[in-house]
Amino acid sequence: MSLSYSLVQGAYIVAGLLFILALSGLSKHETARQGNRFGVLGMSIALVVTILAATSGLSVAGLELSAGSGAKGLAFIIPAVAIGGAIGIWRARSVEMTGMPELIAILHSFVGLAAVLVGWNSSYESSPYPKVHDVEVFVGVFIGAVTFTGSIVAYLKLSAKIKSAPLMLPGRNLLNLGAIGAFVVMTIAYLTLDSTFARQSLLGLMTLVALLLGWHLVASIGGGDMPVVVSMLNSYSGWAAAAAGFLLGNDLLIITGALVGSSGAYLSYIMCRAMNRSFISVIAGGFGVEGGTSAGEGDYGEHREIQPEGVAALLTEARDVVITPGYGMATAQAQYAVADLTRKLRERGVNVRFGIHPVAGRLPGHMNVLLAEAKVPYDIVLEMDEINDDFPETDVVLVIGANDTVNPAAIDEPGSPIAGMPVLHVWEAKDVIVFKRSMATGYAGVQNPLFFKENTSMLFGDARARVDDILAAL
Amino acid sequence: MRIVVPKESKPGERRVAATPKTVEQLRALGYDVAVETGAGAAASYPDSAFAAAGAQIVLPAAAYDGDIVFKVNPPTASERMRLRDGQTLVSLLAPALDPGAVEALRGQGVTALAMDAVPRISRAQALDVLSSMANLGGYRAVIEAAGEYGGLFTGQVTAAGKVPPAKVLVVGAGVAGLAAIGTANSLGAIVRAFDARPEVAEQVESMGAQFLRVDVETEVSADGYAKEMGEDFNAKAAALYADQAKDVDIIITTALIPGRPAPRLITEDMVASMRPGSVIVDMAAANGGNVAGSVADARVVTENGVVILGYTDLPGRLPTQASQLFGTNLVNLMKLVTPEKDGQFTLDLDDPVQRGMTVTRAGETLWPPPPVQVSAAPAAAVAAVEPKPVKAPMSQGTRFALIGGASALFLLLSAFSPPPFLGHFMVFMLSVVIGFYVIGNVHHALHTPLMSVTNAISGIIVVGALLQVGHDNLWVSVLAFLGILVASINVFGGFTVTGRMLEMFKREEPAR
Repeated sequence: MSLSYSLVQGAYIVAGLLFILALSGLSKHETARQGNRFGVLGMSIALVVTILAATSGLSVAGLELSAGSGAKGLAFIIPAVAIGGAIGIWRARSVEMTGMPELIAILHSFVGLAAVLVGWNSSYESSPYPKVHDVEVFVGVFIGAVTFTGSIVAYLKLSAKIKSAPLMLPGRNLLNLGAIGAFVVMTIAYLTLDSTFARQSLLGLMTLVALLLGWHLVASIGGGDMPVVVSMLNSYSGWAAAAAGFLLGNDLLIITGALVGSSGAYLSYIMCRAMNRSFISVIAGGFGVEGGTSAGEGDYGEHREIQPEGVAALLTEARDVVITPGYGMATAQAQYAVADLTRKLRERGVNVRFGIHPVAGRLPGHMNVLLAEAKVPYDIVLEMDEINDDFPETDVVLVIGANDTVNPAAIDEPGSPIAGMPVLHVWEAKDVIVFKRSMATGYAGVQNPLFFKENTSMLFGDARARVDDILAAL
Repeated sequence: MRIVVPKESKPGERRVAATPKTVEQLRALGYDVAVETGAGAAASYPDSAFAAAGAQIVLPAAAYDGDIVFKVNPPTASERMRLRDGQTLVSLLAPALDPGAVEALRGQGVTALAMDAVPRISRAQALDVLSSMANLGGYRAVIEAAGEYGGLFTGQVTAAGKVPPAKVLVVGAGVAGLAAIGTANSLGAIVRAFDARPEVAEQVESMGAQFLRVDVETEVSADGYAKEMGEDFNAKAAALYADQAKDVDIIITTALIPGRPAPRLITEDMVASMRPGSVIVDMAAANGGNVAGSVADARVVTENGVVILGYTDLPGRLPTQASQLFGTNLVNLMKLVTPEKDGQFTLDLDDPVQRGMTVTRAGETLWPPPPVQVSAAPAAAVAAVEPKPVKAPMSQGTRFALIGGASALFLLLSAFSPPPFLGHFMVFMLSVVIGFYVIGNVHHALHTPLMSVTNAISGIIVVGALLQVGHDNLWVSVLAFLGILVASINVFGGFTVTGRMLEMFKREEPAR
């Protein structure tokens, strides 16, 4: 018995709509959980229908369109889904929230890998339009392979298994362009070749080039740009799925892939705008290295140190407190201590809020997830534009593990590599306490004049230990 | 070391150079503090409060027995005689206007720090008494004007008729001017302001006033103070004042040029053109006045019934607050010169702030100090660094040409494309557009869950692998098997982790 083609198409349309609803639901807190459920539902429909179609075959008006793979197919499908699903759920349940960037990066690599496999498989199949099909195979495998290795490098960098500093090969832009040029040449050659062996070798070679390109592309981007890179890879994984959709003539894959691809691209664009940099310059990598010497080598004077007791005293007198966390809070795992501090201060009637820079952390929204994990109510967690005007009325700002995102040089020093990047205006508050391990510079390698301002005091040490000290002193 | 705070001797002066709170802060820096009995009485700080803060209360005879003398006003000749060799005096000194006093202090071997000579750089703002006092002065000027003015500041519609709002013109938008603007605005008046420096327009507007402009090229001030302006500018500004004088009810002038007599901005004719009952507060009266007919420290009523207030002690009319701010400025100075917090006064003349304030030291005159640029480094950097090229918006024509070119190219391609491809392409294109719009206003906190859900959804690629499984070629099936496996990790992992994250986001319980 075979499944009606129209029924399958109808199910795909429903699934596509559910995915759109899932994405739009995710844009608000109130509807986010529902959005996730829509996504699950859409995916379930798509999977069930596809498995039925794949195993029992397809027919149009009683005529058989394709034969099903039957029990043999199920023998492959059920273990694959079971193993993959078990691994996925196990990782998702056990991951630490601070490890979220790594998890998402590695998940992207799986989509890339799957796209490569689907592309290869598809190259064996015949098509009524062989030339178009060949191009689709190449594009699909290329995007998939770039996503695959790019995500693996991102994963390694985020989990600190390799250094996050940008790899600076000479002529790296030429290398990238060369790889793309080689891809175009190979695609054309592939169209003209007839021998199966030659075609398969060429496909393998192209895959290798794409894998190297993906590796190099992300290796030459530094750790600080990771929010953009992760969301860029997210976008790539969508385009890879869309390419596979063209390959298989499957509209569901096209819809879903394009949705993910364009929403990921838009998210990357938001991130880039937050850093006042063009997308191209992030992709080209090497932030702060080619920008020449920093104008910020001037003498900024002395910084002042403060002890946890002093901070506690300031907080006791304060009415308005803003906390601006950065990547340092994540590395020190300080979010629970910070949440405790927040709770304690709020019980005393202090208005505590959080100011989150769009590129704080290593993942878009990284800080929000950490704070949510520690049960900080999300309505006191504000984004940069919502809180920037409130700093002049703020009594105390606690800068916890943030550096470049609170650097006044971005506004005051046109020669600075971070000039023009929107930053949190923490220095406008009455008192600023900066939690930092040492006086070292931030990711961009730029000195931060904030540390030397009259109203700034430095609290050195591990952020979590220091916040605990403050809690004890309160 | 020991700090002494004598009672101010200037008639009418109610301020004092320390308050109980600043005494505590000074003691925390390691200093002993002695306050002359009754020094703070006029500012509502009784001796008992000083004593409670740890100050020693001394008789007038012992009021100068210390290493450092804190005063508000410059010492009078008789007070100066009580200073001795090696002592440090910290007070207002007006060294530019009173070189004789500087010379006398030098002769006595006194180290004198002028609180009114703090360089105007951001680092020094914490000790700038001119700013802190000007702020109070601006506030008080409006309050004085309101006291004299016969009407309301705020407009109202009442059962007894409509009350028009007062119109206030503030001339000079320095600290005092901005404070006056803010105060008048919060009382409900219509506030206009004028300043020779066009760059302050934004500050004026941020305080709620309308900035009046004159169409003349002016230069950006380099030292934070206004300069004397050219003829053309002055003529146009005068015309503007004349226009405004006929219209407004209250004028507050704050125009001062350092080291020179105040510019005469409001002429007799302008005063005469004002309505009877109008009020002018001339905050520059001490330096000769911005207004014709203003007399320092006096209330003058002109023939046409305009009141001109020339009070020079406006900050002193808020003695409690003024003493606290002045005292805090002094504490900030002491923090600067007591880096070890050990009560030892160490003057570092390499620091431009300390150098700028130090008028005499151990028999040596250090006035005037070398000029300090407000923004030396950044200004140089601006000149050196090429401004980043601003991306010119695409012209209409170029855009049309681009769109036209792209469309033509696409048409050419589609002519050679098979029909199913175009059908898919339509789906693709619409999905791209929907993808953009659907997450267009996503909440920033949800970026991570959004990414993990899109990641789960992009696991839809599993569909492709599912359809390929069971192919006659075993390799295809094996590869498809792998594809299903890795894509399943994505699908299940992605949705699970998203669900886990979303569970954590919570709003505060309303019942708290």
